[in-house]
Amino acid sequence: MYRKHTFFRGLWRHAVLWVFLIFALFPILWVISASFNPANTLVGQSIIPRNASLVNYKEVFVSEQYPIALWIKNSIVIGLTTSALVVVMTSLAAYAFSRFRFKGRRQGLFAALLVQVFPQMLAAVSIYLLVLSIGKLIPSLGINTHAGLILVYLGGAMGVNAWLMKGYFDTIPTSLEESAMIDGASPFQAYYMIILPLARPILAVIFLLQFIGTYSEFIFASVLISSSEKYTLAVGLQLFIQDQYASRWGVFAAASVLGALPIVILFMFLQKYLVSGLTSGAVKG
Amino acid sequence: MGKMMKGITLGLLNVVFIWIALFLLNAEAYLVFVLLLLGALLTNFIFITPKGYPYRYLLPASFFMILLVVYPIIYTVYISVTNYGTGNILNKEQVIAQFEERYTLEPSAEQYAFQVYRDPQASLWFLFTDAQGAQLLGRDGEITRLEAGDPILMQLAAFHELSRVELVQATNELSAQSFAYDDTRELRMRNINSFSVYLQQYSYNVESDQLIDLQTGTVYTPINGYFQAPDGTRLSPGFRAVIGFDNFRRLFGNPQITGPFVSVFVWTIQWALLSVATTFVVGLFLAILLNDPHLRLRKMYRSLLILPYAIPAFISALIWRGLFNTELGVINQILQATIGSSVPWLQDPFWAKVALIILNLWLGFPYMMIICLGALQSIGAEMYEAALVDGATSWQQFRHITLPLLMVSVGPLLVSSFSFNFNNFSVIYLLTRGRPPIVGAQTPAGHTDILISYTYRLAFESGRGIDYGLASAVTLVIFLITGAITFINFRFTGALEDVSKNV
Repeated sequence: MYRKHTFFRGLWRHAVLWVFLIFALFPILWVISASFNPANTLVGQSIIPRNASLVNYKEVFVSEQYPIALWIKNSIVIGLTTSALVVVMTSLAAYAFSRFRFKGRRQGLFAALLVQVFPQMLAAVSIYLLVLSIGKLIPSLGINTHAGLILVYLGGAMGVNAWLMKGYFDTIPTSLEESAMIDGASPFQAYYMIILPLARPILAVIFLLQFIGTYSEFIFASVLISSSEKYTLAVGLQLFIQDQYASRWGVFAAASVLGALPIVILFMFLQKYLVSGLTSGAVKG
Repeated sequence: MGKMMKGITLGLLNVVFIWIALFLLNAEAYLVFVLLLLGALLTNFIFITPKGYPYRYLLPASFFMILLVVYPIIYTVYISVTNYGTGNILNKEQVIAQFEERYTLEPSAEQYAFQVYRDPQASLWFLFTDAQGAQLLGRDGEITRLEAGDPILMQLAAFHELSRVELVQATNELSAQSFAYDDTRELRMRNINSFSVYLQQYSYNVESDQLIDLQTGTVYTPINGYFQAPDGTRLSPGFRAVIGFDNFRRLFGNPQITGPFVSVFVWTIQWALLSVATTFVVGLFLAILLNDPHLRLRKMYRSLLILPYAIPAFISALIWRGLFNTELGVINQILQATIGSSVPWLQDPFWAKVALIILNLWLGFPYMMIICLGALQSIGAEMYEAALVDGATSWQQFRHITLPLLMVSVGPLLVSSFSFNFNNFSVIYLLTRGRPPIVGAQTPAGHTDILISYTYRLAFESGRGIDYGLASAVTLVIFLITGAITFINFRFTGALEDVSKNV
């Protein structure tokens, strides 16, 4: 299909690629430039900022009315906690699906598949009312608590994650566990000491997919969290910039750069794994 | 070791169960208590019998799945047949209690002047005087008539009498006071100068389940979540009640709701189709260019073109909102400089839709590019060699070899991408918030609202009151569509057969 290029043929391709490259990168460069522009407004911005300075970045960390750095921290803490709990629960379930034969196994796998059909956010109204009533019984898990929000995210522990992980566990030969059990190990010890270390790559992938998904989640975070110091970045940034583009653009840009950085770094670092996860059906939030 | 772990785990779980059970009993939530009890029994069973062993591993994930996915779906179905929303938030008992607390001023109400005294324990004593000079003592919600020179008056004189200023400061405390005058009448504060006799307006009859207006004798019967008089007058507020398929009837039968709903529905489909089509075409095109092994700088192009996908979508959407800003955004500045006119990106229904498609193209083409690159690499070179021998043109090769083979692996992902975009709330909400609004709609609907954002606004941010019932009805429509798409996709990919094979 591909022939060696004549000069002009090659040039044509590069020209087209550059058009898309500009499309892809211009918004990013424009925001990075804005983040260093002390004018803090959309008006009269140029791609290379005049009088470049770090005042916008400073504002992200010192503003008391809009504690953006705190929102980024909240997002990271919630993301890490959720991902860790999901990985633990999913790996337990996947281990059972992969290694045991029991009544209801088929239905369980089927349920895990079906759960994806109904994105949790569709039931946002019900979940809001559920958390509201949980909060009446246990206030620390109620509306406007991080624990309540994490609780909601844990609903996704089953589902596509369990399938991806079970598929990986299936490829680990059982002979190792069998010999360990002859030596007197319990199935739990086999899971903990043999399967988990061998399954590290998939554990990392699930952890990261979950982290990125949780970090970017907007609908539940905005429905459940109502006080400024508890916002996640997704909620806070939206409220911060809402219709204030003329007067907050620079600080917003700095916050965007800082907020996107952890995810972009993770993404670049683990592109190889993520791509394989993506092609098997996971869609980023 | 294993036994001890098991014992500790089960012990901890039971402690949690008991802790929650005590909460539930205290809150009189008996139904949930019974469910908890069943769950606790099941858990203990799973931990004690050897047969239950595998289920222990499934317990945590299943618990959260049932609580936060399965139960909310069932509850959504339930809410969709109720009138839950503004005006019908409380349950029936709470509404009855509210009505029984309502008092009206007696038509020819006499005014009582009053003095308030605070005793050393800081509790309040009221002294009322009517127009004839007769005095009443008000204390702890009761009143007693006083004779002239009653010894209690001496006692009052020893307390601190509230000054005019203090009375004004204590208005809230004072207006909360009421004193039983007789069975159906109360003495309440009328204004800063006087108290008056108020009549209880409604009384609830438990046997007949009716609310009776004590003044007019009108009988109100509970119908569809409201107490209703024989002439059809309804009392506000109403209460939460099952009202059958009324929400669905409104959705499909009330022109002011149906019109916007249909327009939202049509745009949702267009949006999902256009999103998949644009991202796929661009992604495939770039993948074909980048798949060329002779291309220089391939790796650089690839890693840079992926960048938009690495940025969290909510940040990208907000950034683009700034770029699309009509007055100050850079896109309009460029348009001004080059073609001399600007575009009302977020104000005009058509251009708002174009802006959304452009944003989603930016967000989504790298994903399509990645999966197409993967799929292209799996197509063997022999195919093309054979095609070259037969004299096929590049277009024929693409049309008859690349595309069909690509579709086998990428097709299902296109369907998933369709259902993802069908429910792509954050992009819509963060770029346009569903705006511009549809004029004349009875519900908060906008030209760029998709079903999920429409539901969200119905439930959480309508200025005209929230409507959980209608929102849940719309949700069920989305469930049905998403379910149907996924079912087709499963058939397509044979995912269901995979499940059978796995057993």
